Amino acid sequence: MIVAERKPIEEIRAMVKDFKKVLTVGCGTCVAVCLAGGEKEVGVLNSELKIARRMEGDPIETGAMTVERQCDMEFLEELDGVVDEYDALISMACGAGIQFLAERFPEIPVFPAVNTSFIGVNREVGWYEEKCRACGTCVLGMTAGICPVTMCAKGLFNGPCGGTNKGSCEINSDQPCAWYKIHERLAKQNRLANILEICPANDWRNQTPRTIVQPGYQERLTALGIK
Amino acid sequence: MKSGSNLEKILRAGHFAFTGELGPPRGSNVEAVREKAKPLVGNVDAVNITDNQTAMVRMSSWAASLIAIEEGLEPNYQMVCRDRNRLAMQADILGASALGIRNMLCLSGDHQQFGDHPQSKGVFDIDSTQLIGTVKKMRDEAKFLGGADIDGPPKLFIGGAANPFAEPHEWRVHRLAKKVAAGVDFVQTQCIFNMERMRTWVKEAVDMGLTEKVYILAGVTPMKSIGMARYMQLKVPGMDVPNEIIKRLQGVDKKKVADEGIKIACEQIEEFKEMKGVAGVHLMAIEWEHKVPEIAERANVLPRPVV
Ligand code: SF4
Ligand code: SF4
Repeated sequence: MIVAERKPIEEIRAMVKDFKKVLTVGCGTCVAVCLAGGEKEVGVLNSELKIARRMEGDPIETGAMTVERQCDMEFLEELDGVVDEYDALISMACGAGIQFLAERFPEIPVFPAVNTSFIGVNREVGWYEEKCRACGTCVLGMTAGICPVTMCAKGLFNGPCGGTNKGSCEINSDQPCAWYKIHERLAKQNRLANILEICPANDWRNQTPRTIVQPGYQERLTALGIK
Repeated sequence: MKSGSNLEKILRAGHFAFTGELGPPRGSNVEAVREKAKPLVGNVDAVNITDNQTAMVRMSSWAASLIAIEEGLEPNYQMVCRDRNRLAMQADILGASALGIRNMLCLSGDHQQFGDHPQSKGVFDIDSTQLIGTVKKMRDEAKFLGGADIDGPPKLFIGGAANPFAEPHEWRVHRLAKKVAAGVDFVQTQCIFNMERMRTWVKEAVDMGLTEKVYILAGVTPMKSIGMARYMQLKVPGMDVPNEIIKRLQGVDKKKVADEGIKIACEQIEEFKEMKGVAGVHLMAIEWEHKVPEIAERANVLPRPVV
């Protein structure tokens, strides 16, 4: 899932300081699961904002709505009409959701309440770990399911650097060396041959805005005259 | 002859190579480079010019390499993958070759977190093995990595690094094999203190037939003090400093520690001269360039052969 972290209240306050009535829009998917921008977090943010503004002598009125997914137009439809009553929107979705919301309502300012951090996994409640940088050319098959782009501090493709230290990464002893782990797991699976061949320079396709049309849907999109 | 460099000639002629190191200054102080170069002239076959060593900004490696040439040294131009993408790298490779640089060492580089710009964006567009392959492709096929033709391919003797010590040990010789497959001509190892481990690794390389395709230069660093030895043992990633080394330094009179460090280094060099699979020594006398003549003298590697 996409993991995000809420921005500090001061930063959010500064963004909406000129507005009297804002609607905070949560998202019910990734950011809700990682406890950054779901319904509950919308409520907390609104009360923090209200208390702070009241103490400042400049009260703010807030509204709250949490849609299923901000990255899906279908769910943004529920906001049509509602947003007109507000001066600004605060979105608690990931960067993709925030941009889609802003695209749907281009007349009204939209502010991010979270920092979208990474694609990751849930280790324990409240504890998330980055796992993928969406590089666009996945090599997990070669590396025993451990991502060298994300988990190796240098994103190396051909084995450990000289700094690897008894299984830790040179950047700090708490960080496992990705290549040590890759080696360990491949050895266990008897697949070390996987990394004996040179992996060529990567194709960094995540450097331009990307779009994907899944096979089977192209015809439909062409018929609709969209793509 | 792939590059015509002095280092290549020495190694091809079967001489035991002896290389040194020069860290460029943190500024545009040309005199500082010249000062460090002087004691090296005539005492080494080539000198590594480090590239933003330990992720600290320094005078660029190619620029310091050119000053070294003016001083009568042959540079081994280092390039790390941390700071440049494949366009910048290939551009610098062409420039370096055009200006007479004939050896190049391809490295991934220390992580930027260790330097004085920890906020910087590490590039690592390609890794050290891929960089070796890139230089080889440019030199031998006159092609850029992207496939286009090069008008005047670079002439370079291609170097890489090897660490015989870091775990998993099994992987260390495989990693060397990959660099050999990528086209490396010579490798210089991490500073060696654990001779036992070094012997094993070199033997593995010999057994795999790798030493017929690559010249291995053993990395030697004289310890200046007990503090330095401890620091290297505990703090420097990838270093393997056995306790015996520390004990030996502790065993001599305080004023004699540095001398004992040099003695250990010289003993190592004597052993490497005899070790099958080792083609030379790379002396990393960190900020101790002025001691190189003395070390070279005591290690009996002088005079340097002229080829
Ligand atoms: S290789 Fe690329 S796509 Fe695969 S996990 Fe790593 S970053 Fe993600
Ligand atoms: S120590 Fe391992 S994880 Fe860290 S940069 Fe080197 S190879 Fe990558």
